[in-house]
Amino acid sequence: MIRIDCPFCGLRDHSEFTYEGDATVQYPALDAPMEDWYEAVFLRENPRGPHREFWRHVGGCGSFLEVVRDTVTHEITEVKLAHPGMAAATGKAAAKTTEKATGGSE
Amino acid sequence: MSSTMRRYNALNVFWNGLTGNKNWDRAWRDPEPKPKYEVIIVGAGGHGLATAYYLAKNHGITRVAVLEKGWLGGGNSGRNTTIVRSNYMMPGNCAFYEHSLKLWENLSHELNYNVMFSQRAHVSLCFSPGQRDAMARRYNTMRLSGIDGEWWALDKLRKNIPYLNYGEDARYPIIGAFVQPRAGTARHDAVNWGYARTADALGVDIIQQCEVTDFIHENGRVVGVNTNRGEIRAEKVGLAVAGSTSTLAPKAGLGRLPIETHKLQAFVSEPLKPLVDHVIVYGVGHGHFYISQSDKGGLVFGGDLDFYNSYAQKGNLPIYSDVAGCAMNIMPMVGRVKILRQWAGIMDMSMDGSPFICKTDVPGLYLNAGWCYGGFKAIPGSGWCFAHTIAHDDPHDINAPLSLDRYRKGRHIDEGGGGPVPKHH
Ligand SMILES: Cc1cc2nc3c(=O)[nH]c(=O)nc-3n(C[C@H](O)[C@H](O)[C@H](O)COP(=O)(O)OP(=O)(O)OC[C@H]3O[C@@H](n4cnc5c(N)ncnc54)[C@H](O)[C@@H]3O)c2cc1C
Ligand SMILES: [Zn+2]
Repeated sequence: MIRIDCPFCGLRDHSEFTYEGDATVQYPALDAPMEDWYEAVFLRENPRGPHREFWRHVGGCGSFLEVVRDTVTHEITEVKLAHPGMAAATGKAAAKTTEKATGGSE
Repeated sequence: MSSTMRRYNALNVFWNGLTGNKNWDRAWRDPEPKPKYEVIIVGAGGHGLATAYYLAKNHGITRVAVLEKGWLGGGNSGRNTTIVRSNYMMPGNCAFYEHSLKLWENLSHELNYNVMFSQRAHVSLCFSPGQRDAMARRYNTMRLSGIDGEWWALDKLRKNIPYLNYGEDARYPIIGAFVQPRAGTARHDAVNWGYARTADALGVDIIQQCEVTDFIHENGRVVGVNTNRGEIRAEKVGLAVAGSTSTLAPKAGLGRLPIETHKLQAFVSEPLKPLVDHVIVYGVGHGHFYISQSDKGGLVFGGDLDFYNSYAQKGNLPIYSDVAGCAMNIMPMVGRVKILRQWAGIMDMSMDGSPFICKTDVPGLYLNAGWCYGGFKAIPGSGWCFAHTIAHDDPHDINAPLSLDRYRKGRHIDEGGGGPVPKHH
């Protein structure tokens, strides 16, 4: 079971969270050319290794989190609040690196 | 078929049975890679092996190598729940999957290899009038396209499958089922081995323990590959590596693709006496479930993806409990049955749930990918179409809609109408 260290709630099983997809996708301006929208909506890096992604703590505080997780080992190396304003307001802006692997062992 | 391969027949099966099965020939050779081929297929899953077979058989192209980093059939093609069906309704999918199902119907004879294709019917349970109406639309579209499909009202369903939970107090009471009688299951290993053996007999080199690490480009063309066993050249290179497609695509010059890699798990129970005579499936609420029974007696079943990107070929507990809950919902009597084995494969999830069998913008490079949960049933049709596309440098009418640039043109083939997410099955 992957476990995610929520900045508000602490270390929780990933079944409390929903996966919200690739966090590296940059959505273009609404009037950007079609090609930019095509790339944002459809194309993915899909790395075999570290992946920056969103999770939402639906079974807890409801926060959107930005997580770096290895797609081969499932080890999590970074968890932070996804919204920069939220992160600043709570003083939890800095990327939080968990001391030990919180994922990996399934 | 070359004279070096002995055909299987009743007499030699009987004779070898009496003599301890010690006198069989190898099923396929173990050749060293040659410096150059006409076509290289990367990946010896069902799709790669079938492609090689149809290149040789239908197009007379026998200077073909299939390169496999592990052992043939060790990927998803040897890890799936083996459901074969063609209950699709979108233009593009309809003709393709029905073509594949027709090839399945004669496959054991064609390959001289028993792939144990069993047309035991695919029974899709319904729980609400809304779901029934949506499925009626699908099954009516199928019937208009010449694909078999029928509605089993509750009395007929009860008669044919008496052991389901028909209780009024069931969490999701069953109201009937849509059925494709010609659908069923096959033996996954036998399909891989049958294509491998027959392709090999036609002269195809299947080279295992040979990982493609990079591509050789000359004048803008792909002209070969680098592997852990050296450089191998070819006029044409086809990719059929399922969940590994995105790792090879940039090296081949394709850049990013509309694919994410996700894992799907399967489960097998301890062997039981014959119980489940059909393939039974359903999706309701957050539940998604499919089950059949193997000839050895194990209940073979599965459910959803984990829904987060993963290249780990291993499962996890939340899906275990989801799938067990789904089983209990319709078949409470399996509650005490033990699960013997569980495993996972890595799926090439496309953005509309439909695959790609196509040429690419890179001359000499062809793509077969995007199979999502459902590429086992596609193996014969996919190999047939991919071979045609490679041989003619042009897709067949059947696979022309399955192009890589369809999203750019707004021609998605989204069966469920779920939008551009890598979650469809
Ligand atoms: C649990 C599970 C259940 C499923 N259930 C069903 C079902 O009921 N019905 C259905 O129709 N489909 C089902 N599927 C989907 C189906 O199994 C796949 O879509 C299909 O097998 C894909 O075949 P393939 O040949 O494309 O890929 P694979 O069989 O995965 O073959 C790809 C091969 O490429 C090799 N490879 C990768 N990278 C390299 C490299 N760099 N160099 C050389 N070789 C490489 C791999 O080792 C692998 O052998 C299921 C899948 C899973 C995992
Ligand atoms: Zn939380």
